Amino acid sequence: MADPMKIRATVAGDATEVKVLMSHEMETGQRKDAQGKTIPAWFIQSVTAAWNGKTVLSAQWGPAISKNPFLSFKFEGGAKGDKVKVTWIDNKGETRTDEATIG
Amino acid sequence: MKTTMLAVAGLTIMAGCAATTQLTENERQTRAEAMLKAGFSKGNKAMAERVVQQDETQALCSKYPESVPEAIASRIQESQQATIRYPASGNLMGDWRQGEKIAQDGWGMRFTDMGSPNRPMGGNCYACHQLAPDELSYGTLGPSLYQFGKARGYTDEVRRYVYGKVYNAKATNACSNMPRFGHNGILTEQQIKDVVALLMDPASPVNR
Amino acid sequence: MSSTMRAAVAAVVLACTAPIVLAQGSTEKGIEQYRQALKEGNPAELWEARGEDLWKRKRGPKNVSLEQCDLGQGPGVVRGAYAHLPRYFADTDKVQDAESRLVTCMVTLQGFKEEDAKKNPFSAPGRHSDMEALTSYVAAESKGMKLNAPLAHPKEREAFELGDYLFHRRAGPHDYSCSTCHAESGKRIRLQELPALTDPGEAQKVFTTWPAYRVSQGSVRTMQHRLYDCYWQMRHPQLDFASDTATALMVYMAKFANGGEVHAPALKR
Repeated sequence: MADPMKIRATVAGDATEVKVLMSHEMETGQRKDAQGKTIPAWFIQSVTAAWNGKTVLSAQWGPAISKNPFLSFKFEGGAKGDKVKVTWIDNKGETRTDEATIG
Repeated sequence: MKTTMLAVAGLTIMAGCAATTQLTENERQTRAEAMLKAGFSKGNKAMAERVVQQDETQALCSKYPESVPEAIASRIQESQQATIRYPASGNLMGDWRQGEKIAQDGWGMRFTDMGSPNRPMGGNCYACHQLAPDELSYGTLGPSLYQFGKARGYTDEVRRYVYGKVYNAKATNACSNMPRFGHNGILTEQQIKDVVALLMDPASPVNR
Repeated sequence: MSSTMRAAVAAVVLACTAPIVLAQGSTEKGIEQYRQALKEGNPAELWEARGEDLWKRKRGPKNVSLEQCDLGQGPGVVRGAYAHLPRYFADTDKVQDAESRLVTCMVTLQGFKEEDAKKNPFSAPGRHSDMEALTSYVAAESKGMKLNAPLAHPKEREAFELGDYLFHRRAGPHDYSCSTCHAESGKRIRLQELPALTDPGEAQKVFTTWPAYRVSQGSVRTMQHRLYDCYWQMRHPQLDFASDTATALMVYMAKFANGGEVHAPALKR
C-alpha cells in the first residue's frame, strides 16, 4: 500500500489553507532504465479534497507533476476542528485517502 | 546565495581542543591510509588500487595542501613536463566542434562508468571553466577561458602551451587542481587536439 | 537531467510562483529563488514520518523497537542527539555518526545481522531505505539546535586528524581530493556552488542541512550518501557505508560546522 500523505490545514482569515505532501513515484512513461527498457508510466491521475464531506478541490493530474508532489490550496470557509480529507487515485487504480484536522 | 553568518560563540574553545596534535605525522599517514583502504572493500579492485596508491606528485601535493615549497614545485614540474607527448605530426589543432562536445561531457572513470569501455571519455571542461559564451552553465574552479586564443594570439607557441596544459597541467603548475588528461589516459591525442581547437581556432565560439 | 527539469517545473507550478528567469549575472539569485519556491513543501517530511514509525515499531529477530537506542544522549533520547554527532561511544569504543550508530542499535537491540542492517542505506526508485527514513527522523529531532559535535575524547581528536589527512589527500586518475572543490569560497561546478568546508561560516550553513531531500534524485539523501557521491565524482571507488573513513571526514567537517543551526532534513537540487 502507498505511504500516507502528510496534510496540514490551517485557518487563514476567511479561508483554510491546506498543504499536502504525497508519496508517489510519478513515472512519466518516457524514461528508460539502465537496460534501455522504458519504465512504464505510473502517476496520480486524480486528486480530490473534501471539507466535512463537501468537495472543495478536484484536480486531474498528469505525468508532468513531480515525484513526491506537494500541493497547496485554499478554500473559503473551514473552522478549527473541521476535517479535511484528501484522496488520490493513480493510473494503476491504486488509491490513498488521508484526513487531517484543521488547526 | 545568502551569506548569513551564524554566531560562532563557543567555537573557539572547540578549535582550541582540536589544535592539539596527538598523532605523529607517520602515525597519521599510516592509520589514515589503512582506514581509506579498508573503506573500499566492496568497490572495483583495480580502481581501488589506483586510488590507494598515490603517485609522487599526488603524495607531495597532498602533503602541502596550502602551498607547495618552491624546490618541490620545480621538481614536480620537471618530472611532469617530461611526460608530455606531443603529436608526431606536429599538428596540434583538431576540430573545435568535437572539442566543444568533449568540453561538455563528464563521462568516464566513475565506478558507474565501467560498463562501456569503448565509449570515449569526456574532458568536462565546463565543470570548471567558462568557454563558449552560449553555455551559461559553467563552473568557476578554473579561470574563464572565453576568448582565450583571441586574447593571446593564434600562435604555435600558445597552441603548444594549451596542448601541454591539457596533457599534463602539473608541468606548468605543480599542484594544479586540473586533472592530467593526457598523462592519466582520460583524453586521447585526437581529443586533446580537438580541445586545443576549441580554445585556439579563430572560428571557435570561444573566440567570438 | 530530464527528471530534474520535470521536478522543477512541477514544483514551481504547484507552488504558484512566478516563473524563474535565469539571466546571466543573476544565476545564483535565480537558483536561490527556485530553492525558496521549493521550501514550502519539503517531501523529506514523508521520510521523517516513516522514520518515526520505524523507530517505534517492533522489528528484527528480537521484535523490539529502537526506542531504547542510545544516540549519545542516553537510551531513548532522540531530541538533540543529532546535534551532538558524530561522537565517541564507549560501548563500541568507536566514534560514530548517526547512521553507523543506528546500525549498532539495529544489531544490539533488534538483533539484526550487521550486514543486513547495512544492506540498503540508499534508496533507489521503487525501493525505500529504512536508513534514510530513520536518519531523517533523528535529524529532524535536532532542528533549530546548534551543532556541537564533541572533540574532547582522544578518539574524537584522532578521527579529526585522520579526517584532516583524508580531506586533503589527492588520488585517482583525476588527482582529486575533497579540498579540490571545498577549500575555496565562491567557486562553482557548473552552476552548483561549492561550500568551503574549512570555513566555519560556510560549513555551518551546509553541513547542518544533511540529510536533505534532493529534487534531482527524488529522495532524501544522507551525509553518508553525500560522501559516497563525492567519492564517485572524484573517480574513487564506492565508499563503504558507515566506514571509518566516512566518520573521520564527518568529524573533520563537523569541527568547522559546530555552532551552526541544524536545518536537516533540508531541501536541495
